[in-house]
Amino acid sequence: MLSNLIMPAIFDLPNWEDMGDVQFFWLKVAVVVGFVLLLSVILAFLILADRKIWAAAQMRRGPNVVGPFGLLQSFADLFKFVFKEIIIPAGSDKALFILAPIISLTMAFLAWGVVPVAPGWVISDINVGVLYVLAISSLGVYGIIIGGWASNSKYPFLGALRSAAQMVSYEVSIGFIIVTVLLVVGSLNLTDIVVAQGHGFWNWHAFYLTSPNALLIAPVMFYMFILFFISALAETNRPPFDLPEAESELVAGYQVEYSSTPYLLFMFGEYLNITLMCAMTTILFLGGWYAPIDIGVQFVPPVLWFVAKCGFVFFMFAMVKAIVPRYRYDQLMRLGWKVFLPTSLLAVMWVSAWVVFIRGGAL
Amino acid sequence: MLPVISFYLISAVAIAAAFMVVASRNPVHSVMFLILTFFSAAGLFILMGAEFLALLLIMVYVGAVAVLFLFVVMMLDVDFAEMKRGFFSYFPMGFVVAGILLAELVVIGASYFSGNTDTPAPREDGLSNIEAFGNVMFTDYAFFFEAAGLILLVALIGAIVLTLRTRDGVKKQNITDQISRTRESGVEMVEIESGAGIGE
Repeated sequence: MLSNLIMPAIFDLPNWEDMGDVQFFWLKVAVVVGFVLLLSVILAFLILADRKIWAAAQMRRGPNVVGPFGLLQSFADLFKFVFKEIIIPAGSDKALFILAPIISLTMAFLAWGVVPVAPGWVISDINVGVLYVLAISSLGVYGIIIGGWASNSKYPFLGALRSAAQMVSYEVSIGFIIVTVLLVVGSLNLTDIVVAQGHGFWNWHAFYLTSPNALLIAPVMFYMFILFFISALAETNRPPFDLPEAESELVAGYQVEYSSTPYLLFMFGEYLNITLMCAMTTILFLGGWYAPIDIGVQFVPPVLWFVAKCGFVFFMFAMVKAIVPRYRYDQLMRLGWKVFLPTSLLAVMWVSAWVVFIRGGAL
Repeated sequence: MLPVISFYLISAVAIAAAFMVVASRNPVHSVMFLILTFFSAAGLFILMGAEFLALLLIMVYVGAVAVLFLFVVMMLDVDFAEMKRGFFSYFPMGFVVAGILLAELVVIGASYFSGNTDTPAPREDGLSNIEAFGNVMFTDYAFFFEAAGLILLVALIGAIVLTLRTRDGVKKQNITDQISRTRESGVEMVEIESGAGIGE
């Protein structure tokens, strides 16, 4: 079987239960380091893909010089960033100035710790996984605020304030959207959420046609899927919601004073957050590692389905960046507080009423 | 072994950070240390097996309350010389508050250690944290929970009413008006003779 080729016996899942403390610790460290490295390499190519898609939408070629088809462009950029001089503004708060990008990147990596990419392939399968992701992603905003403040300059500070306000507002609606999924599944464990969507795409929360009476909430769940995608764009400061770094108003927002490696860390953290949001969309609404149909595709290893779905969501992120113009700031806030928040709140009420009165309680 | 090391590491960080909240000169640094303290407290909660409380602490206090804190502190134009001048006049009052808090801590600690010091065992029925909380809050004390929610709602509306002021002569955008404009109401086609202008 192909899955055995990709996951040979040496990669068989270790038995975490009966294992000494020391062995447990070092094995976990090894897994974490390996995952971080893998994620970084994938991210390098995702950044390239983003630029290529953007270029294609504008009928340009995009990066095509370094390596075949420009495949190694991200690595060239990495070396360029790392070898440049780190400029720290004289009036800045040096410790916080350096700390900010590190916080940003660390938080982005931390959240990946609970994301299940295939059955059992998760660093920490905690039973409040969703809350953990929400909590950690709410910390990402600190990197931006601190970076903007520590720069001791006007544009970065304005950018940081905008960004903080934006991320805090959209977190609220993301929270409610996730609650609808939690109500349907009845668990906060990300693995449970994926397992609840197995055996066919009609079980995915984006469509949710499991039973005839599920038709009552299927449109709501699909609408929540769309809302989650849009909120994810706003949460990760992606276009059309990239107001924190709107170059026409704020030069580059909180990143103005950053150069070299610190800037690289910021950018890396930002893209990592995007991939996290792709993964969350996949897990919450698109059935995680499950194939769309059970029949005839068992030879495909589950992790490939996960990667493919994440890749699709990322492609949508990139397309939105290419074709949608930037929002005005007041429109952004209006959308978050006056449209997304009430509708997602209504959806929570509707779905919970459905769970209690139509389905007759939790599963 | 691992939990013990983690406990001492996290508590050391928590105590050091809590000390630095008071000791650091820059208020923004103070807030940062406060956040670190919250974070370490969350770590201690996790070591005790209360992962739901820990994440709630991070989400509510670190993710929301401390952000607003940081906002306010960053916006303040703090004059450090001014702050230091008042230090000794406030000192007795601060000392009293600190003394009361210390006394309370000692009393609580003493009453705890004089009684049963066993670590509470996990529940037999294997109910997870969040289910246990849910049962208590939404089944046993549902009305109190709703009353608390109502009080918060009143506070929320009160804050809005107190701070909302309507002034005349302010230009406001009505998004509904803006997007409900049609081509007919927005564009007027006129025939203009060359050299004559639109008139008026």
